[in-house]
Amino acid sequence: MSKKVNLIINGLPVEVQHGTTILDAAKELGITIPTLCFHKDLCVAGNCRVCVVEVAGQRRLSAACATPCDEGMEILTNSLKVRSSRKHIIELLLSEHNADCTKCYRNGNCELQEISSEYKIMTQDFIELVPFKHYSIDAYSPSIMKDDSKCIRCQRCVRTCSELQGVNALTVAHKGDKMKITTFFEKSMRDVVCTNCGQCVNHCPTGALVEKNYIEDVWDAIANPKKHVVVQTAPAVRVGLGEELGFPPGSRVTGKLVAALKRLGFDSVLDTDFSADLTIVEEGTELLTRLKKALVDKDDTVKLPMATSCSPGWIKYIEHMYPEYLGHLSTCKSPQQMFGALVKTYYAKARNLDPADIVSVSIMPCTAKKFEAWRPEMHDSGYRDVDYVLTTRELAILIKQAGLDFDKLEEARYDRLMGDSTGAGVIFGATGGVMEAALRTAYEIVTGREVPFKNLDIMPVRGMEGIREAVIKIENPVKEWAFLDGVELKCAVAHGLVNAKKVMDAVKSGKADYHFIEFMACPGGCLGGGGQPIPTNPEIRQKRMNAIYAEDKSMKVRKSHENPEIIKLYKDFLKEPLGEKSHQLLHTKYTKRDRF
Amino acid sequence: MNPIQTLIKELADVHGRRRESILPILQGVVEQEKYLSEDSMVEIAREIDIPASDVYGTATFYSFLEAKKMGKYVIRVCKTITCSMKGKNQVLLTIQEMLKIKLGDTTPDKRFTILETNCLGWCHKAPAMLINDEVYTELTPEKVREILSSYMKKNGQI
Repeated sequence: MSKKVNLIINGLPVEVQHGTTILDAAKELGITIPTLCFHKDLCVAGNCRVCVVEVAGQRRLSAACATPCDEGMEILTNSLKVRSSRKHIIELLLSEHNADCTKCYRNGNCELQEISSEYKIMTQDFIELVPFKHYSIDAYSPSIMKDDSKCIRCQRCVRTCSELQGVNALTVAHKGDKMKITTFFEKSMRDVVCTNCGQCVNHCPTGALVEKNYIEDVWDAIANPKKHVVVQTAPAVRVGLGEELGFPPGSRVTGKLVAALKRLGFDSVLDTDFSADLTIVEEGTELLTRLKKALVDKDDTVKLPMATSCSPGWIKYIEHMYPEYLGHLSTCKSPQQMFGALVKTYYAKARNLDPADIVSVSIMPCTAKKFEAWRPEMHDSGYRDVDYVLTTRELAILIKQAGLDFDKLEEARYDRLMGDSTGAGVIFGATGGVMEAALRTAYEIVTGREVPFKNLDIMPVRGMEGIREAVIKIENPVKEWAFLDGVELKCAVAHGLVNAKKVMDAVKSGKADYHFIEFMACPGGCLGGGGQPIPTNPEIRQKRMNAIYAEDKSMKVRKSHENPEIIKLYKDFLKEPLGEKSHQLLHTKYTKRDRF
Repeated sequence: MNPIQTLIKELADVHGRRRESILPILQGVVEQEKYLSEDSMVEIAREIDIPASDVYGTATFYSFLEAKKMGKYVIRVCKTITCSMKGKNQVLLTIQEMLKIKLGDTTPDKRFTILETNCLGWCHKAPAMLINDEVYTELTPEKVREILSSYMKKNGQI
């Protein structure tokens, strides 16, 4: 039974559910109370105090984000007392913040900057503390940079790292004026359990945590006439980029994205969706091979369930947290790395280019991809397979720097050879997408028929539920896979590493008998990636997800194995899935890492 | 198992393996080791199955849980206002002069470390200092010289 409470905010009566915070009640009346430490993804912290309001009968101000409404409450959100306190609070935050805004990566998209601008903080009444604190910048990680001088200790990153991701790389250490957000023994982010997922970057209100950007490196490559610069774009970028460029969340900007990349001067604009399709063919075959070994050959060394390996945040997570389960990971590289390995071999040969002259750039919704490209094992082409990884946000910066009017760009198509893709490739961008794409292909390989779902939409694996399960019964398979007749293929999908942990613990304790599990490090999958536009919150993720599935629906071909360029790739180059060339270029191995 | 691992296992057997066991285990390690090394914090995290960063965060929050290698005798001079007014600076200068190290440092022979501490609750007999668990009050430079000399002699050194 839900109780309602009545209260008055700024003289306006409002009725809300019992337990609603003052912040949300005010929102219902169209009153915005400023916040900083508050984030819809995270638990309430109430530590920044900028959301303070006056509650009649109470001498002290209350934090609107942390105070539930009571019957008969009378609240003022904009009284003189509130305004002057709030202004002081912002000034105090600024006194501890390196407010060198013009030199900040987050200049123009910083919540602290926005709120100080709103409150017109023009003076400095408090002593600036930054010069006394001898801050240094941690720039050793290939993915994330941490600058404590810009930290306002709101602890959104700490809550993100623990609540959403269960990683706990970041923590609060020391106390009082020495309190800081740091890692174990204040090591570099590169040397701790950090998965590079970038969720902390996406949740940071200021420039304290940002991606390591490679914007100038990419401009340099483009400007070098000797270099052939190839760019690939991940599925989730096309449903996120628009937000950075004035489009509402959930806008599909694929055609404009391609057009913009061409205008930026990339020599070839290609699609990670192509290698997502390739991943499906390889990974689907790998799954079926494992099932065959387990069920027919009774080979008890075969590791099941098999886990997906597309998400580099998830890979680093399992390397740290469950190193004894690395054999369960698919050996397939992620689509980005498959693409990279092919660009400097297959593509170079077909285009008659010296791979040494190719610069391979990828646009990803992800910061962990920067680390992935940097891994020493990702040099199978004989070169670094992917040279530079830019996030969706960095691409938006390139587009703005180039002065492109994104809105007015005429839609363009991906170039060919590794630019063709299917609906199965694009849904990699959403949680459950890899599973769905794999099932569309694997089921058809085994039975010769399409998956038994209307319009190929495998609804049970879709959605935002943290962990989802699906069972698909295999009936009347083709002769080669006859041993799978009647087998119920048990699948699970987990997104957000805190959910990955739950699934892994179930697997570990023997409570889960899945065959195949899709893991995505970020909430919502790649569409909610750490490299996506800021802000990202539950509503925005849902809109991006709708856009991904709409994109899938709009594709002519929606099954990876029917991608004509994939068929050609196998015919001309790879010969067969899991063949010798595939093993050399498309598969990888993993590294055990310390959990502590 | 190395001695630290054994110690932590024994402490966890006594204090439990829950989140709230962190503090008594940390204290137990400091009692033996005088400080918390990286290894011992990792070991605590492993033993009670919590993130190492949480152990570090807890340890750094509390005074008397040092994360830096400490000497055999840890001298903590009270830095709060009453002691300051009653001559804490002279006390500190005397100690530094005698041991030939600065505040925060440890003597090369690893026997003495000088630290400052928050209020020891001996304001009525200020200035005060601690050497390990022993409290010394109403200090003057002369008294400090006497006390330190006795500690130095304890170890056959003048």
